[in-house]
Amino acid sequence: MRGVEYHGILRADGPIVIAERRENVGFSELVRVRDRSGQYRLGRIVDISEQAVAVQLFSENTGISIDDSWIEYLEKPLTFRVGDGLVGRIFNGLGEPIDGYPPLMSSDLRDINGRPINPSARVYPRDFIQTGISAIDGMNTLIRGQKLPIFSGNGLPHNRLAAQIVRQAKVLSGESQFAIVFAGMGIKYDVARFFIDSFENSGVLTRVVMFLSLADSPSIERLVTPRTALTAAEYLAYEKNMHVLVVMTDMTNYCEALREVSAARNEVPSRKGYPGYLYSDLASLYERAGKIEGCEGSITQLPILSMPNDDISHPIPDLTGYITEGQIVLERELAQRGIYPPIAGLPSLSRLMKDGIGEGMTREDHRDLAAQLFSAYAYVKTVRDLAAIIGEEELSDRDKVFLHFGDRFEQEFLAQGEFENRSIAQTLDLGWKMLSVLPESELVRIPPTLIEKYLPHAEASKPKE
Amino acid sequence: MSTGSIIRISGPVVYAKGLAGAGLYDVVKVGAAGLIGEIIKLKGDLATIQIYEDNTLMRVGEPVECLHRPLSVALGPGLIGSIYDGIQRPLPVLKGLSGAFLKPGLAGEPLDSRKKWHFVPSINKGDPIAPGTVFGTIQETDSIQHRLIFDASVPASTAAYVAPEGDYTLSATLVGASDGRNYTAVSYWPVRTPRKFKEKQVTREPLVTGLRVIDVLFPIAKGGSAAVPGGFGTGKTMTQHAIAKWCDADIIVYIGCGERGNEMTEVLTEFPTLIDPRTGRSLMERTILIANTSNMPVAAREVSIYTGITIAEYYRDMGYHVAVMADSTSRWAEALRELSGRLEEMPAEEGFPAYLPTRLAEFYERGGMVTTLEGKKGSVTIIGAVSPPGGDFSEPVTQHTKRFIRCFWALDRDLANARHYPAISWNDSYSEYTEDLIAYWDAIDSAWDSLRSKTMEILKKERRLADIVRLIGPDALPDEQRLILLTADMIKAGFLQQSSFDNVDMYCAPPKQTLLLSCILTFHELAEQAIEHGSPLIKISALPIREKIIRLKSSLENERVQEGQAVIQEIRAAFAQLGTMAQGAVSA
Ligand SMILES: Nc1ncnc2c1ncn2[C@@H]1O[C@H](COP(=O)(O)OP(=O)(O)OP(=O)(O)O)[C@@H](O)[C@H]1O
Ligand SMILES: [Mg+2]
Repeated sequence: MRGVEYHGILRADGPIVIAERRENVGFSELVRVRDRSGQYRLGRIVDISEQAVAVQLFSENTGISIDDSWIEYLEKPLTFRVGDGLVGRIFNGLGEPIDGYPPLMSSDLRDINGRPINPSARVYPRDFIQTGISAIDGMNTLIRGQKLPIFSGNGLPHNRLAAQIVRQAKVLSGESQFAIVFAGMGIKYDVARFFIDSFENSGVLTRVVMFLSLADSPSIERLVTPRTALTAAEYLAYEKNMHVLVVMTDMTNYCEALREVSAARNEVPSRKGYPGYLYSDLASLYERAGKIEGCEGSITQLPILSMPNDDISHPIPDLTGYITEGQIVLERELAQRGIYPPIAGLPSLSRLMKDGIGEGMTREDHRDLAAQLFSAYAYVKTVRDLAAIIGEEELSDRDKVFLHFGDRFEQEFLAQGEFENRSIAQTLDLGWKMLSVLPESELVRIPPTLIEKYLPHAEASKPKE
Repeated sequence: MSTGSIIRISGPVVYAKGLAGAGLYDVVKVGAAGLIGEIIKLKGDLATIQIYEDNTLMRVGEPVECLHRPLSVALGPGLIGSIYDGIQRPLPVLKGLSGAFLKPGLAGEPLDSRKKWHFVPSINKGDPIAPGTVFGTIQETDSIQHRLIFDASVPASTAAYVAPEGDYTLSATLVGASDGRNYTAVSYWPVRTPRKFKEKQVTREPLVTGLRVIDVLFPIAKGGSAAVPGGFGTGKTMTQHAIAKWCDADIIVYIGCGERGNEMTEVLTEFPTLIDPRTGRSLMERTILIANTSNMPVAAREVSIYTGITIAEYYRDMGYHVAVMADSTSRWAEALRELSGRLEEMPAEEGFPAYLPTRLAEFYERGGMVTTLEGKKGSVTIIGAVSPPGGDFSEPVTQHTKRFIRCFWALDRDLANARHYPAISWNDSYSEYTEDLIAYWDAIDSAWDSLRSKTMEILKKERRLADIVRLIGPDALPDEQRLILLTADMIKAGFLQQSSFDNVDMYCAPPKQTLLLSCILTFHELAEQAIEHGSPLIKISALPIREKIIRLKSSLENERVQEGQAVIQEIRAAFAQLGTMAQGAVSA
């Protein structure tokens, strides 16, 4: 009951505290534990029996003693306060303001776990977002309401890329209110600072809501952070009709916290020690992206995760890829060759691209052009493998042309400046320019009418007769 | 009805005492909110219950009410075109109750009880009643006639009353039996019990999918079972959507089991606008959706598969061919694992319970071509997606599934990355139905079998040559062998690749399938001869007809397939000309 503290607990084991069940508590109810120094910690009930209650703490457990602890049941699940004045604020991972201003003047408390969207109430996302980045707009188009993660690795420029997307993202058909929700989980202060500065420099800081659970905060807090952030996003999107872009970084830290708790609860682990429910747990976050009927707003998610050892088959990127609608994969090899953004050509994918491009949305030639670029670039990879063995000189003329195409594609199409903002027309024209390196007879993925219309002929190198 | 109380809550699993007379798999209403659950274990007075809804703030001591019946689905007219959650709650009705977000404790009737249906009786007063007897029909959609049949649970008796032809709601008694029982258009069947039939049949009829790589290389039979395994983004869902759209089944049951909400929305928005080439009606008029997405309660995900397959069997029993898409069976297996973990059962491989293979076998066993109780032929074809962690097929779900299916459409990461769709690998896939289906295809095109084996052979040779090429480059090969590479490329680009986004090519009717292959293989044969007669490969590959063949899949509509014969003539003409030129060169 609120205001009643019970003295003493039975056991403390990692982030799990077991206490006697001295009142009729509810599953998943929020709990407050006060330790001997008077410090409060929040937790959540994860198991109840007739005699005992298991509580999972959201913070550090050092200093919790069996006798010198007081426990209070708050009769509600963990909530976040929403209301006017939310945009522009900074909160900690649990949703408490850390920007020096008072809490919101509102009594509107929301369960941070949200509720699943009824699939029959979803609106299929179709609105093209122009990011100004060719590798994304042209090849892996971002759609409003999509969940499109960035798979990265240590030292790769995922933060710069995310900042560029936030800076440049715009929807071609009309403008409406937008907001950015930023959830930082286990990131370092300088990363948080980088984002704050970059938001400030591009003049959007007043449109941002931040949730920061930095590297020095207890790791368990990270389990709450994305949920609080998404609760804020849902409020802004579905009640304030805003288009919300949610940046969540680093999902790997989130998953590690989950593994920690699971291990403490002695659960049977699945791959690499992660719990068997990692998929469902991640889905409960990622599926909060989208658009719903009768509402203008939308939630677009841009989660960032670092692939341990650059391994895309590691459970974290793997399960993420199984839930999200594609992925932007950063490639170390491209980065080492100085190519920014180092977006891998083949493993990257946008699944919602198909319905958001083409005539009336981007341009009639977009789909076929992208398909042709993908297939040509895929062949480049084969040729490069071959060249590595037999030497470039030994390649057939056809293969040499592809090699040339591959280099130009990477140098001119993929690569661009961090502050270079290309319109979709520029991106597509550039794509055609790249294709003009190849003999026209190779362009079998594109109907002749489009080739006729768009292929720049000046540079075309006709097959040698 | 007995009422007990909760003694422990551990996530979606709760323990209750005092449920006198409760049976295993009985439905229970749990807690003050009356959440739906199922008893999954009984030990003395202690019942273990899995709850199908979110149970935040549920308390120990709250009541549990046992309904003394197993979890069942309501079967009757109105199923077609519906979208349900895992326990057959109609999602659009729930939307009316709680808006865009699902709340626990909602209830909605699966079939609209106010709607009137036109009933035509097919028995008379005094006729015998027995399992398999058709007592009437209702035209459910323009293309689906709903046959009302007494199911296996109906005791034999005689009809004391039969409603005259007319419009009735689903609660109206249509037949009154002499034993006092009344029958409406709705019946109930426990989801975990397979519906009865007379006998299983061997199946020699393909499920034509309109996807060339499947129909020609790895065909599936009606009543067969197939697995589509593949890492994320390799095309499992797209393949299943394509089959759901274009296959020649009468009814589609699409089970979205632990996958994305937007994919369900896509079906809901796209299918009504697509026309079934066979009936001329909207595709939604033959489709039933079960949507238990990844963020919906995990226990309901486990049961969604059974809900779907029971509905499929129901239509099978009317003599229809039903195709079930289950996307993804791995998520179902994971739900099983999660619940098993909560029950603190001993895990076997990778944390999955030891009974995983049994459950998989039971599921796939519910497919098949059968003689129904009524004596008709009906089938349930099962196509299950498998999502192996890391795309590694050696994991338990893929491995066990392989034991119970006969068609394996392995999706290949490299093909998918190269945007070769469908990314069904011709090296790793197989179908054990091919032999049984040859007769059927031969009737359409007597060359089918030979076209098929030639194609397979070229692809096999190419695989061997590709290994050599990887080491020394293609230039070292003689022209005959380089022709194999060239033809294989044509097969890949002009036949195997089939984009779901190409309005002409997304569905390929059988005659066009064989035509495309004939074109490519005619080209190959003539090229072989030309090389023998001294034409260099480089001339052959430069023939404009080659590009035309590759584009044929997108340029020639299914309806215009006869015009394809002209293309074969063109190929012959092109080679004839090449021959004259070569000869001219020799005599000069
Ligand atoms: N037959 C096809 N034609 C065109 N594009 C395809 C085809 N198959 C797959 N794709 C492309 O691949 C993407 C991923 O396919 P899909 O969603 O079916 O993958 P999946 O195997 O179901 O992945 P997951 O396991 O993550 O659900 C699609 O969005 C589409 O862009
Ligand atoms: Mg899928």
